[in-house]
Formats: sequence, structure tokens, C-alpha cells
Amino acid sequence: MWPAMTQAIACRDLKKYYADVKAVDGLDLFIDNGECFGLLGPNGAGKTTTIEILEGLTVPDSGDVEVLGLTWKGNERELRQRIGISLQETQLSDKLTVHETVHLFRSFYRSGPAPDDLIRDLSLDEKSNARVGKLSGGQKQRLAAACALVGDPDILFLDEPTTGLDPQSRLQLWEVVQRFRTKGGTVLLTTHYMEEAERLCDRVAIVDHGHLIALGTPQELIAKLEARNIIEFSSDPPLPEETLRNLPGCHGCTPHGNAYQLRVDSLAESVPQLLAAVEKTGAKLLTLSTHEATLEDLFVSLTGRELRDV
Amino acid sequence: MSDKVRPAIVELTSARTKEFLRETEAIFWVFGFPLLLALALGFAFREKAPDRIPVGVIAGPTASREAAALKRSPALSPRVLNPDEAHDALRHGKVSLVVDSSHSLIYRYDPTSPDGRTARREADDALQSAAGRRDVMPARDEYVHEQGARYIDFLIPGLLGMNLMGTGMWGMGFTIANARMKKLLKRLIATPMRKSQYVMSQFLSRLMFLVVEVTVLVAFGWLVFGVRVNGSIAVLALLCIIGGYAFSGLGFLTASRARTLEGVSGLMNLIMMPMWLCSGVFFSYERFPDAAKPFIRALPLTMLNDALRAVMNDAAPLTKVMPHLALLAVWGIVTFAIGLKIFRWQ
Repeated sequence: MWPAMTQAIACRDLKKYYADVKAVDGLDLFIDNGECFGLLGPNGAGKTTTIEILEGLTVPDSGDVEVLGLTWKGNERELRQRIGISLQETQLSDKLTVHETVHLFRSFYRSGPAPDDLIRDLSLDEKSNARVGKLSGGQKQRLAAACALVGDPDILFLDEPTTGLDPQSRLQLWEVVQRFRTKGGTVLLTTHYMEEAERLCDRVAIVDHGHLIALGTPQELIAKLEARNIIEFSSDPPLPEETLRNLPGCHGCTPHGNAYQLRVDSLAESVPQLLAAVEKTGAKLLTLSTHEATLEDLFVSLTGRELRDV
Repeated sequence: MSDKVRPAIVELTSARTKEFLRETEAIFWVFGFPLLLALALGFAFREKAPDRIPVGVIAGPTASREAAALKRSPALSPRVLNPDEAHDALRHGKVSLVVDSSHSLIYRYDPTSPDGRTARREADDALQSAAGRRDVMPARDEYVHEQGARYIDFLIPGLLGMNLMGTGMWGMGFTIANARMKKLLKRLIATPMRKSQYVMSQFLSRLMFLVVEVTVLVAFGWLVFGVRVNGSIAVLALLCIIGGYAFSGLGFLTASRARTLEGVSGLMNLIMMPMWLCSGVFFSYERFPDAAKPFIRALPLTMLNDALRAVMNDAAPLTKVMPHLALLAVWGIVTFAIGLKIFRWQ
């Protein structure tokens, strides 16, 4: 409709303060058409407030929002037709069947896929006549996705679509998102699963306390760690932080509980060095593990905290 | 199974209707409970032949003759007792009158008891005519059992009104508060659905059940207790619809902001309780002080009950219940308007 327009979502200096917390505190986001964008952060980071402002469900205290080149004020009717939403905690009516629920939502939109085709696309056809109350968590989330896709939207908003799901259900939902993207759809999703963001998203914004603390492709963000591998270890007594920082090939060190997280280039180089340092101080090695750097590690290095509350 | 896309208002109404039909407990409260109530109260206050009043006759040479004379009265049930027994029986209310002819004829009874006074009159008539008294002016009795004037005739329209209030308020209020709590309302307004259509569908679905529930209760009253609709069925139907509309509005307003089911339940009871008591469901509000009556008459349930009784019992024409209809409509319009204004969708 607007071939010249490349931005699906744009917001500038978004602010939303509640009595006890600054949920969103001056956020800028620009999401391109056809992009899959992830908002990442721990609980209470302001992800849901942000996505609900962009969805037109929450009014910001200040800042500008444009969705598909339109502001919410005055264009709500039009925008609602063109976006699909899956909220974090909606319980669809338990007493209705899958078929009835999808038909109900389809009736709100001027155009969209045939309900039965959509139900089949989301692998819910066997459950078509089952009551919503009888569905598993994964099936419920796929139904929520069906209700978001039923108006054939240009943008799909998903607020923590896979939280609490088993790995297989998560995979099925990822496929739904990827299929939507192959048709040119734009996706904005929130998650606190780094793996989800790495698998699905073209770009990721990491938010904490209502601020943007990092933005880029998952690869760019991981590259920011300046290290491809992570060593987590603890010893008794703990080694001085300085010793660790001075190890060759070490780009950084974050205390992590009573353990340390070291960001290193090469395990082959750093692990023997570390062991030698432990031996030299006469400490006893308690734990040692290594993995490739992920967004999770970036979050820890940026904030010193875990992404999920342990 | 059709895959046709129907208009939103049809889908919403049909969804609401199915939800209700699949809620077994709700079905009982809407259809079963009022019938049970009507049945219990109807039998408790049913029409029956007046009981014979028990009367004691003190044992003596003429006692059996007197007892026989008393038995001829349709109102008395005499038995012969010795003086001590008679004394106790009267004191305990097992008899309402003691006839003692051991010396001269004495009637012993409590003058404040209606049964005692009736028994005294009946017994005296029976004994005097047995002794040869002739009535100087012949007369006969004509009994009145007018349909429309019995307690059950009063009760059925009252129950109908009460049911319209209960189902209207709960039907709207509970569903809406529940949908808000489960964030279903929020999900719905995240679609292009028109809010007015959502509210409308709730009322339309209500209306379908209203037709069923009114038919069931009216038919029940007619078949079981012979309570007839003396006025026009069309006027009765109109009253029920407008009454249902008024209470749907009240239910909608009650639920317009409540965040929990407990909150909405408390409010509902607070609003309905005065009407259960004052609006003449089980007894006439004429018993309340005059100063309270204008307020009582302004309550929607009072208006509805008065109008239902006028139509069902007194065959009132539409013109006669027009003021009631108008006021009920105002109740509905005002409550819906305020409710929509202050409604909390999330």
C-alpha cells in the first residue's frame, strides 16, 4: 500500500511511568518492514509495557509512535485491521471450541484466511472441535497465534509467545513465525529466551529498567562480547579478580554468584592458563564449565545480572 | 461445519450463547431455581378447604347429643372430653372452644383468637337450631374463589420479575467481570471488534434466554397452579423485554469497573437485596411506611412487578403500563450509557 515506506514501527523517546516504577524511560525503536525484531530483557524490564504501547493498548506519557506510518490517534480502526496481537496472559473462553474461537476472531476482520485453513496451518485440525479449556499449553499458544493471524496482518505482535512451553511446542511456534515471515510479514516479539531471539530475530534490542542497553543483530551483539567463548568456574578460595583479568586472551570477567564468568577468545589457550593460575595459588578448583557465547552472556556482561530470575 | 464468515454481531452472540449453554450450573440457576421456588411457595400457600376447628364437649348426659349437633356444622370437629382434659386441651390450643352444658350452656374460649370466635358462633348456631330455633330470614352462602386474587397469582409475576432481575444482572455482570479478569476483554479490543457490538451481543444473547425463561415460568404457573395471563401476551412479552433490558443495563453498569468476581458479586447483592425485600416479590410493598413508597416505586423491580401483575392478573392494557415501560426503558438507557462511559476494558 505504501511502497515507499520501509519502517513498520517507529517510536521516539517513549516514556511511561507508573507510580512506583519507570516502566519505559526514553526508548527509541525503528523496525523495518519484513523484519523480525526481538525485545529482550528480564521480567520487569518494560518489555510488555513497550509492546502494549506499540499495540495501541497503553497510552504513553510522552513520545511518538507510528505503526505502518500511522499514529494510533485517529487511525485505530485501520491499524487494528492490519495488525495481529498475542497478549501475554489472555485466557480465551474455555467453553468455546477451537473452531468457534477462530471463527469468532475472523468475524472482526474484513479479510483473512479461511478459519479452517488457518487451523490446519497451525496443526490444530485434530483439536478443531475440542474446547479451549481442554487444550495443552502449546496448543493454547498456537490458538492464540491463530487469533493473531486470522486478519492476515502486516505486523504480528507476540508477547512472550513461548514462555512455559516445552521444547517441541516452542519449535512448532517458531515455525509459525517463520512461515509468517516468508510471506513478508513483520514480527515484533518479546522474550526472555535468548535462544528464541537468536533463532528467530533479525535484530534484537536488549532492554533493562525501561532503557535500551544494546541493539543489533544477534551476531553483532555476541561480537560485542569480544570473545567467542565463556568459561565459568569457581575455586576455594576464590582467585583475585585481577589475576583473572590478566590472563592472556581474556576480555573480561564478571563475578557470577560465588563463581566467575570469563570471556575468552580461545578455550585451548585460556583453560590451561587458568588451571595453572589456580594451581599456583594453591586453591582448589570447585567447578569448571565452558560454552560458546550467547546473548545471555551479553546480558550478564552488560548488567551483571542473570536474564531470568534464578 | 460451515466455514463461512458471519457478521461479528452474530458470532459474538452465538459465542456468548454457547458459553452459557455449556455452563451447567448457570442453567439450573436460571431455569431450575425459579421453578423450584414457585413450586415450594405455591404448595405452601395453595387453596384448600378450610380446616374444621376442633371443639371439646365436656362429658355429661347430653354430651353425645351435643357433639352430634356440632358435627353437622361444616366448620367444627367436636369430641367429648372430661373436664380436666378439656381444660388442658383449650390451654394448649388443641381445641379452640369448650362447650360445657353440665349446668347451663357455657362457651369457654379465648376471645382474641379468631378460631375461638368463629367456633363459638358456629357452635351456638348448631346447638340452637338443634334445639329447634328457626331462622326468620332464609339465606344461602355463595363462595368466592376468584382467579387472579390468590397468593399464587400474586407470587408468579413477582417471581417472574425477580428472575428477570437476577438473570439480567448476573448474565451481564458475571460474564463481563470474568472476561475482564481473564484479559479476554483486552484481547477483544486489540481486534477491530466494535465495542458497542460486544455489549449488544451480550444483551441479544440474554434476550434469547429471557424468552425461554419467561415462557417456562409462565407455562409452569398456568399448568401447575392455574395462574393465567389475563392480559395480552404481547404486552407481557414487551414488559419482559424492556424489564430485561433495564436489568441488563444495571448489571452492565455494576460490572463496568469491577476487577474481581468477588467485587462484582458483592456489588450485585448490594443492588439486588433492597429490591428482593422491598419491590413486592413475596409480599406487597403496601406494608412499608408511606414515606418509603415513592422510593420503592422508583426501583426497577417494583415497576416491573407492578406492571407484570397488572397485565397478568388485572388484564391491564398497554396504555395502563406505558409509564412503567417508559421508566424501565430510562433505567436501561441511563445505566448502559453510564456503564459504557466508565467501562474498563483492561
